Amino acid sequence: MVGAAAAPRDPGARTARTDAPVLVPVTFTVNGERRTLELDTRTSLLDAAREHLHLTGSKKGCDHGQCGACTMIVDGRRINACLTLAIMHQGAEITTIEGLGQPDNLHPMQAAFIRHDGYQCGYCTPGQICSGVAVLEEIKAGIPSHVTADLGAAPQVTEAEIRERMSGNICRCGAYSNIVEAMTEVAGARA
Amino acid sequence: MKSFTYERPSSPAEAAAAVAATPDAKFIAGGTNLLDLMKLQIETPRHLVDVNGLGLDTVEPTEEGGLRVGALVRNTDLAAHPRVRKDYGVLARALLAGASGQLRNKATTAGNLLQRTRCPYFYDTAQACNKRRPGSGCAALDGVNRSLAVIGGSEACIATHPGDMAVAMRVLDATVETIDASGTARRIPIAAFHRLPGDAPERDTNLEPGELITAVTLPKPVAGTHIYRKVRDRASYAYALVSVAAILARDGTGHVAFGGVAHKPWRVETAEADLPKGAKAVTDQVFADAKPTPENAFKLKLAERTLSAALNQARA
Repeated sequence: MVGAAAAPRDPGARTARTDAPVLVPVTFTVNGERRTLELDTRTSLLDAAREHLHLTGSKKGCDHGQCGACTMIVDGRRINACLTLAIMHQGAEITTIEGLGQPDNLHPMQAAFIRHDGYQCGYCTPGQICSGVAVLEEIKAGIPSHVTADLGAAPQVTEAEIRERMSGNICRCGAYSNIVEAMTEVAGARA
Repeated sequence: MKSFTYERPSSPAEAAAAVAATPDAKFIAGGTNLLDLMKLQIETPRHLVDVNGLGLDTVEPTEEGGLRVGALVRNTDLAAHPRVRKDYGVLARALLAGASGQLRNKATTAGNLLQRTRCPYFYDTAQACNKRRPGSGCAALDGVNRSLAVIGGSEACIATHPGDMAVAMRVLDATVETIDASGTARRIPIAAFHRLPGDAPERDTNLEPGELITAVTLPKPVAGTHIYRKVRDRASYAYALVSVAAILARDGTGHVAFGGVAHKPWRVETAEADLPKGAKAVTDQVFADAKPTPENAFKLKLAERTLSAALNQARA
């Protein structure tokens, strides 16, 4: 459980003296399923999903938090799964693209991306869709952005808001305008 | 990435004691900067002390009418907090101008203060960098230094503090609260928190080894228009070339700090009396001791013009 020390309390034995892997158990819920893994402390949440749980929908682009291809929704918030350690997510609720929808049961955002051609090669798409779903929730929750004119008012779903809030998701194919259209449609359908 | 052991302490004092007692140990909170640097082996801790479970994640009013922001309050939550939006707009604006939505969801108040420079030579382990490897030299001095410091640098380092939040905290006269391994608390004015590089650029701040930030306190709100203007190479998700954090009245009186120009948020309080005379009167004093390089001298004019834009915004 959270709070359990993963390393011995004896300071002399605490530090890793060699490059030998240090293994730590972690349990979290991924797409509604409880999973327990024994992981090298260095394992990112992204690598835990892709290499250990074989959920390869989330992509590794830059592996440095710059491209957003790895975006997952963790405890209701989108994060860069490449820039967080899996063992820091004991007890967390994690949603990857596989958990949002499946080919025969698409999430509305996935369906809208298809309708609007919100991708070409598709590599950034899982991250774009996870981010897009979370962005609409952030606007709904009243979280302001850099382009929100009045900090005292509730932000609206506008093209400027979507573009600013999606700036952490890079699309090398340049499908941005279609992504904005897909997100706008989903926001409108829900309102 | 180098192998490391990992623990979750149960109190701030225990966390501070663990880092102080363990060789090459570091705290980890959001991890968005530390893990990036660990992947590049710029940071190579052998033990991580995860402080995420320690609480320290609330924003509470102080008796003086200010706010006490827990060290682990995420950037998104601080920017969206009703009191911050209403009374400390410069802080909300600075936070929202930084990083991306995903990063702001993870990044913490304390971690943001401690983020390391984005100097390209600090990031390139094949290059000389006194901040990364003390005594190795500074490849930036005669290198590509367009983004680097124009003032407060030294022969050893011309890196900048990359953050936006700290610039707003500087103009707000925030105080950083810490605890050390013995459990002793300390309050550090934000002006004395970050260091100039001098001959020890490897030290970004005046924190002692194992000293843990527990909160940042904001004094009671200052009236005026709260402005954060950030000038960067693209419209979103980029570091500042120059930024201006200002609290200004319609007549131009107020307070101003600059980001993107030095190893720490740059503020010269004595120059603020001249704000009603216009931007140049102020920046001439604020940057009187500037030593720009040929590549980054543009930042001086840019700082003046950005402040001028802020003054116009306050008058509008």
